[in-house]
Amino acid sequence: MKISVQLEDFDAGRELAAVRANNPKVGAVASFIGVVRDVNDGATGMTAVATMTLEHYPGMTEKALAQIVEEARGRWEVLDCTLIHRIGTLQPTDQIVFVAVASGHRGDAFAACEFIMDFLKTRAPFWKKEETPDGGRWVEAKAADDSAAERWK
Amino acid sequence: MKVNILYFASLREQVGQSSEAIDLPGDLATLGALRKHLAGRGGAWQAALAEGRLVRMAVNQDMLPGTAPIKAGDEIAFFPPVTGG
Repeated sequence: MKISVQLEDFDAGRELAAVRANNPKVGAVASFIGVVRDVNDGATGMTAVATMTLEHYPGMTEKALAQIVEEARGRWEVLDCTLIHRIGTLQPTDQIVFVAVASGHRGDAFAACEFIMDFLKTRAPFWKKEETPDGGRWVEAKAADDSAAERWK
Repeated sequence: MKVNILYFASLREQVGQSSEAIDLPGDLATLGALRKHLAGRGGAWQAALAEGRLVRMAVNQDMLPGTAPIKAGDEIAFFPPVTGG
């Protein structure tokens, strides 16, 4: 299991190869990449986003991510897993988050990957602040994220 | 009872500080009671932490509800709902 909170970008191809390397039991790898979009839904309607800064809670972030991965391992067959979340200042089209789950079969790989993202969205202490031509704006949590996490209960 | 309190993101900006070491009255036994105590400072504190505001809380880096107990030496954090991913 690899969990990383980092400033640097990641190479998805290399991570996908690594998550199943040397394990002949792996029959499926499911993955997700989150990317910075160039629009938000601020008070004045759709506004262009120049940059986005990710703040986090050092220590708790790593702990929360490890707990989320542990919970996924308890529910599905997870042979290996990689979870990378970037912090710092990002631009539209930049990669923010990467999840890859290696499993024996696709059902477990898909489900664990989606579960990890849904829980990360509501439990991992990251906060996005967008810089737009109108000034800075903290991204607000979405009710849809809570209901996405709720459905796994 | 001494605890260390951390504030993050929009809540940190609202209250104008990222952390404080504070000596609390011993009868403040829960996270919820601490939140009420801090909101009682008024002004930006009241605005940020008043009941009804969406605030998440953590004790020793675990997100917990207002009923969670707190004790001397705890690392306590207040922050808005998370928006990573």
